[in-house]
Amino acid sequence: MKYDVIIGCEVHVQLLTNTKAFCSCENRFGGKPNSRICPVCSGLPGALPVTNQSIIEYAIRAGLAIHCRIPEITKFDRKNYIYPDLPKGYQISQFDMPICEHGYLDVTTSQGTKRIRILRAHLEEDAGKNTHSEDGSGLSFVDLNRCGTPLLEIVSEPDIRSPEEAVAYVQGLKEIMEFTGVSDCNMEEGSLRCDANINLWIYEDDRKYATPIVELKNMNSFKSIRSALDYEVIRQKEEWEEKHITLDQKGKLTRGWHDKSGTTVLQRHKEEAAEYRYFPEPDLRPIKIPKELIESIGRNLPELPEQKRKRYRETLGLSVENAEKLTSSPELASYFEKAIDGYGGDVKKIANWILTEVMAVVNDKKINIKDFAIEATKVQALIKLLDNDVISGKIAKTVFTEMVEKGGDPDQIVKNSGLVQVTDQGEIENVIDQVLKDNPKSVEDYKAGKAQAQGFLMGQVMKLSKGKANPKMASQLLKQKLDAL
Amino acid sequence: MANITDLSLSQIKKELDGNKLSGKEVVLAFKQAYEADQAHKTPLNGYIEFFDDAEKLAEASDARRKNNEARGLEGLPLAIKDNILIQGKIATCGSSILKDFRAPYSSTVVERLKNQGIIPVGRTNMDEFGMGSSCEYSIYGPTRNPMDRNKTPGGSSGGSASVVAGKQAPAALGTETGGSVRLPAAFCGIYGLKPSYGTLSRYGVVAYGSSLDQIGILSRDPDDMALLLEHGVGTDPHDETSAALDFSGVYPLKPKNPKGLKIALPEEFMGEGIDEVIKNKVTAFASWFEKQGATVESIKLPILKSTVAIYYIIAPAEASSNLTRYDGIRYGFRDEKASSLEDLYIKSRSQGFGDEVKRRIFIGNYVLSSGYYDAYYKKAMQVRSILKQEIAKVYENYDLILSPTSPCLPFNLGAKLDDPLAMYLTDICTTFVNLAQIPSLSVPCGTSEEGLPIGIQLIGKQFSEINLLSIAKTWHQEEGLKQ
Repeated sequence: MKYDVIIGCEVHVQLLTNTKAFCSCENRFGGKPNSRICPVCSGLPGALPVTNQSIIEYAIRAGLAIHCRIPEITKFDRKNYIYPDLPKGYQISQFDMPICEHGYLDVTTSQGTKRIRILRAHLEEDAGKNTHSEDGSGLSFVDLNRCGTPLLEIVSEPDIRSPEEAVAYVQGLKEIMEFTGVSDCNMEEGSLRCDANINLWIYEDDRKYATPIVELKNMNSFKSIRSALDYEVIRQKEEWEEKHITLDQKGKLTRGWHDKSGTTVLQRHKEEAAEYRYFPEPDLRPIKIPKELIESIGRNLPELPEQKRKRYRETLGLSVENAEKLTSSPELASYFEKAIDGYGGDVKKIANWILTEVMAVVNDKKINIKDFAIEATKVQALIKLLDNDVISGKIAKTVFTEMVEKGGDPDQIVKNSGLVQVTDQGEIENVIDQVLKDNPKSVEDYKAGKAQAQGFLMGQVMKLSKGKANPKMASQLLKQKLDAL
Repeated sequence: MANITDLSLSQIKKELDGNKLSGKEVVLAFKQAYEADQAHKTPLNGYIEFFDDAEKLAEASDARRKNNEARGLEGLPLAIKDNILIQGKIATCGSSILKDFRAPYSSTVVERLKNQGIIPVGRTNMDEFGMGSSCEYSIYGPTRNPMDRNKTPGGSSGGSASVVAGKQAPAALGTETGGSVRLPAAFCGIYGLKPSYGTLSRYGVVAYGSSLDQIGILSRDPDDMALLLEHGVGTDPHDETSAALDFSGVYPLKPKNPKGLKIALPEEFMGEGIDEVIKNKVTAFASWFEKQGATVESIKLPILKSTVAIYYIIAPAEASSNLTRYDGIRYGFRDEKASSLEDLYIKSRSQGFGDEVKRRIFIGNYVLSSGYYDAYYKKAMQVRSILKQEIAKVYENYDLILSPTSPCLPFNLGAKLDDPLAMYLTDICTTFVNLAQIPSLSVPCGTSEEGLPIGIQLIGKQFSEINLLSIAKTWHQEEGLKQ
């Protein structure tokens, strides 16, 4: 059976503004239930929304980063529906005049690079959260802390042709939103959420048949996006083979992804589709967006991840892999860039040090690199000590461990602990002589042609010098002495 | 000196400022008037609650005055419609669904007036959520017209009109969406001002039709309105639609001579459907203007005939959305016997709302539904924008529009209760003002032979309310006070 997979994504990102979209409540995740609310975001009678100017600027920044057009005028509308987590009974959203229109994102997969068009991105407010007791009491609770959190909903055209492409697209959006500082895109906390519309175009009897479009919800990780779409492709293929139902016959359905069972489950038929009765929000004035504002935000747009990767590869000479890794988060890229700032040597060394030593600690401590106690400039100082042969690689690790554990400056640590590398030939030779004297068996082995004996002896030299002997010199001198015996 | 309860707000201010009266005496006088009326066999039922703390606040206010700390509105009593929030007080909107709702914050206007020394004396009865023209659609029962207790006081701010005309308060705040201040003012023979949309903040006013709602003032003297406006206006950071107005120094009003004014009299409000007695009063009022040196011309403005129709699309559309929050989840009435979420919504809302409110929610949901949106809501919004343009054109050639406030005299209690269309038609002359977001002042212009009050509105361009009041002051001094 020949078929195409047709996917479009709706991605919600929470904007990192200081206050909520339409009131002055703090915009932060969590908190004691119903502690971050006011008459406006909890929908009390008589309360009115007021647009937070920051949400407009954040949306423009995000929109420009995904190559959208920003219109001269935008406005808000009410999306009406009733649910306990929606205290006003409507969501302030944007219907026909979104703040961003017609952009695109280039995504790279195993099939190459492809342009996914973005239809629109609009502002709206988040709802609260309902929780249901599991103690059999049947009680449900509503927490309104999240109400009024600003969201940007980014809607792609149905240009995505595989689950792999869908994941790459959402990952691409995520990193752009992170690098522009628009959102922290924390999927666990729900600051990035993705719904996907998927169906198949099946080519049979010289005709094209479209299967019913399924809106997939409840995908809370990249893994679940991938699994849900993979599952849905197979499910729709099987359903087609079995029942031959087309889009015209059945329309659009909503299915939810269940991580545990690894399946999608029907949530809503088209006939049950909500009637949102959109109309212009009378409490808010339409917003004129000055050209100068768009231009100034455009000028101040930070370097985007794709540009960064290119620069890391082409100008800094990093490997594709390391360029990719260092741009996996804006914080890491920023750490790297601070570490190489004003450094005259080979930045690959710093890149390697960060990706191995620094990240090992960061991952071990389960922290974000931005909370890592050792400033990037100190990593540069440490690498410089290596460059100048002041310390060996091994000592560098010791120094770094001490920096992690006790803090402090690498130069200072090296000085205080007497860790300065020994490059004095006589001193090293004395150590080697002692080692050869103490290990006659190994010396015999070497002479008998066992090459690995040299490695052992070298280890003993480093051990005896407490790691301070310049390894290159020590290795050369050892070989000379062995061969001279 | 006359009875305290006969004094207007500005007269009371004079007496208080001159230390002829104390704030406590004033509050007590109105309280006694209210209590005396409660003993009447058919009480006016204008107040839902006369506040227990009013006397205490008056004492505190008197102490302030003694310390020479008197503010602009020090010690002045004011009745407040039950849909304008006062922190700590119940605000029901005349509805079961909010019967026990205690406001956790104050509306901006109440806050501003209180900061200037106003004493809220009570909350007044109203048609549920402002939906009605007779003040009968309330869980607290109908309010009566002090001029004739068998008649309605008009609505929806009937309670506010009744307590002012019934001398239980010198002035009151009401709210308008389509005529709810002017109509009861006209029915009760007092002044009723609907300021321009944006003049007074809507923050803390329970929303009915958000693009139409506006706090209004009911009093027996135009100066009272200037006094309250002076301290109530100004940009509100809580209301994007509030205007940056500064009315400092407008009180006391300088009377404005109508000489040279060009006044338009739309034919549409002087023909069929308008009571002859009212038409005659309008003609007489127009003659008064002409005598003062103004010119009055009949104009044709056919779009006015569509305004009730589009009003009853736009207002219910906005209402249907605004009233969704009353769902029994967070506050207000909840049917505890509900078995599921949907059942909770249905039972709480079915019992919590009255029939007229339900009717408007149905209409609103209908006109916003996909498939009907273009034919109703969108079309109505288009007509509304044409109306605004046509009104603007009228004001290119005229200074004022003159029209009856109500097409009919105050009617009997119960007369239109079962005929919603007849009830809607009492709004025929008022809704266009709200749709166009302009100011209008209903002026009491005498009575019919049987003594029923008649009101005529002076309608001006946006934010010209002080001009309207200044003209009305001339009328009030020359004619109004004689009545």
